[in-house]
Amino acid sequence: MQELNGEKTSKVKKERTPMPEQPAEERRKNFNEVALGYTKEDALAEASRCLSCKEPKCVEGCPVNVDIPGFIKLVCEENFSGAIEKIKGTNTLPAICGRVCPQETQCEALCVLGKKGQPVAIGRLERFCADYERQQGVKVPEIPEPTGKKVAVVGSGPAGLTAAADLAKLGHKVTVFESLHKAGGVLSYGIPEFRLPKEIVRQEVEYIEQLGVEFKPNYIIGRIKTLDELCDEFDAIFLGTGAGLPSFMGIPGENFNGVYSANEFLTRVNLMKAYDSEYDTRVRLGKHVVVVGGGNVAMDAARSALRLGAEEVSIVYRRGEDEMPARREEIEHAKEEGITFRLLTNPVRILGDEKFNATAVECIKMELGEPDKSGRRSPVPVEGSEFTIPADVVVIAIGTSPNPIIFKGSEGLDQNKRGTVVADEETGATSKCGVFAGGDVVTGAATVISAMGAGKKAAKAIDEYLKEQ
Amino acid sequence: MAYKILEKEEIAPSVHRMVIDAPDVAKAAKAGQFIILRINEKGERIPLTIADFETENGTVTVIFQEMGKTTKQLAKLSAGEFLEDFVGPLGTPSDIEKLGTVILVGGGVGVAPAYPQAKAYSKAGNKVISIIGARNKDLLILEDEMKNASSELYIATDDGSKGHHGFVTDIMKQILDSGEKVARVVIIGPPIMMKVGTGVASPYDVEILVSLNSIMVDGTGMCGGCRVTVDGKTRFTCVDGPEFNARKVDFVELMNRLAMYRGEETKAVEKYDEECRCGLH
Repeated sequence: MQELNGEKTSKVKKERTPMPEQPAEERRKNFNEVALGYTKEDALAEASRCLSCKEPKCVEGCPVNVDIPGFIKLVCEENFSGAIEKIKGTNTLPAICGRVCPQETQCEALCVLGKKGQPVAIGRLERFCADYERQQGVKVPEIPEPTGKKVAVVGSGPAGLTAAADLAKLGHKVTVFESLHKAGGVLSYGIPEFRLPKEIVRQEVEYIEQLGVEFKPNYIIGRIKTLDELCDEFDAIFLGTGAGLPSFMGIPGENFNGVYSANEFLTRVNLMKAYDSEYDTRVRLGKHVVVVGGGNVAMDAARSALRLGAEEVSIVYRRGEDEMPARREEIEHAKEEGITFRLLTNPVRILGDEKFNATAVECIKMELGEPDKSGRRSPVPVEGSEFTIPADVVVIAIGTSPNPIIFKGSEGLDQNKRGTVVADEETGATSKCGVFAGGDVVTGAATVISAMGAGKKAAKAIDEYLKEQ
Repeated sequence: MAYKILEKEEIAPSVHRMVIDAPDVAKAAKAGQFIILRINEKGERIPLTIADFETENGTVTVIFQEMGKTTKQLAKLSAGEFLEDFVGPLGTPSDIEKLGTVILVGGGVGVAPAYPQAKAYSKAGNKVISIIGARNKDLLILEDEMKNASSELYIATDDGSKGHHGFVTDIMKQILDSGEKVARVVIIGPPIMMKVGTGVASPYDVEILVSLNSIMVDGTGMCGGCRVTVDGKTRFTCVDGPEFNARKVDFVELMNRLAMYRGEETKAVEKYDEECRCGLH
């Protein structure tokens, strides 16, 4: 088989089919989606590159184990409905995953073609299938016989949505509690329109509603009801409350006006649509914007600031580009759009004027020292290298941790030092009977797909738990 | 989701009382907490302190003054209409126990959040001395309610049209000077009044609390927009507050942060008023 693959590989185009995109010059002025999606011809051309390996490595790289060669084969046969059905067998939110998954470190990283050329563009094909289905009209799923069991899902982000969908498909009555006015969690408040149109999130939520799941927005567990009270009302609980608490740097000047957490900046822009003058919520429009951090959230904030009309946007990151946790594509897109990368640079304080407005960020140059616990080389300040960058808006995107509000008034749920919930990796089971958890609330800030994977595993474990009851 | 407005009345010029059908919030609400509402899909989320709640009827009362576009828009709604979103109760409830004598100082619409506190402190067995004030007698709100909920009620108006001619803090100082053993002073009102009041009460051996009204988006600790420095540390008003030890609050920072969107607010109000004149609202 390996040999055959080798033979096949040599005939396959080394380069993947490019993704049609809005030109950088144009897109930096609007909030429309950057990647426009494959045409049918693009999809067929790209799908034909797949070798249909007998022992596909790509599937192992997928946190929800989508049958990748299976769906790609159906794409080749132009059976797009069959392809999306195959994907949806394991992945509830393909239109979202096709857009925001870090494929280059997951499925595509393990693709055999990647050894000699570019791997199959699995994410793009997944997105094509999901978009095709949406254009055709999503099939109303069959609702199974009710089991009579009630499950509460707390949080409607990727983990919660996945768990809710899977549990509903198994016949359980699911109620999803969401603290904000709109479902979707980070998909709604965090990831910008130009990367994940909110209409897509809305449709995915609608699909889950059609499975019989009830959504309760404006409902804060920890305030309206405690987790303990939910335990009394439901047969099982899934906690997918994410990592919603923003970290600040603790440097002087951080409370000056114009300094935002990435959470606030992005929530104002995405959830509250501050970029649209028809909406009432405002965000400060900076001329010179500095975003601190190197993850996807930092890229999202920087690119949003640019689209809001900033003259100059810089990313300030204390390590080098190779250490940046953001998706490769987001870094490339940010560069194309004209974001300045100030690497090996760390803010030491934020300067402000007499009116309490931020005016500049004082930074220090860093150099990479020995690798730290995470294996990344830890940055060390270079003495005397301080310099300032003008900034009227500063966005702190250095990470988040679980929001402790959910734990208020409840007992018996073990947490570790960072505030994350202790849960079994395979089942999501916590120290509290009948309570399962998954996603960022367990791992700390991670990816959409890993949260979905955790939601999926937990749904399976909850189903087993309910059967035992 | 939609939340029905059950009652609506103008209790003072540009000051409105609204009763909302929100059983989940009413059931969980405690004195000192607040809600966030959004009028419609395009609206902003604004925090308002809970002025009253009835668990049995499932209602929550808010009192607001027309200030920005959203409150002006809110003032135009009538009983029978709906709010798109109404979420709460938010914030840490007031820590109410039997302390002895408690002075509640409420200025302007700050009297509204003081009212559930007056009831709760009284119920806990405290002697409640309430001091309420406004610019003039027409702007004074909840006088009867506060009278019923307190052991003693004092009134101050800036123009002397009712009660003491001067500030609420003058009366507070007189009581503190009188030798009455006071365990706690709670000051709620405009930031400048809370700052001044804190300054006046600070020399006395009494606990001083203020309830802050920072700018916020979600109200659950997610955005951090409501950051305030208390005792040198950054705290979030929405979850760590809204009540804080007044002596430790950085009021200058608080007032500066409240001014962050003043320019945008003024523009939004001008645009809205113009649209109203054109009959668009």
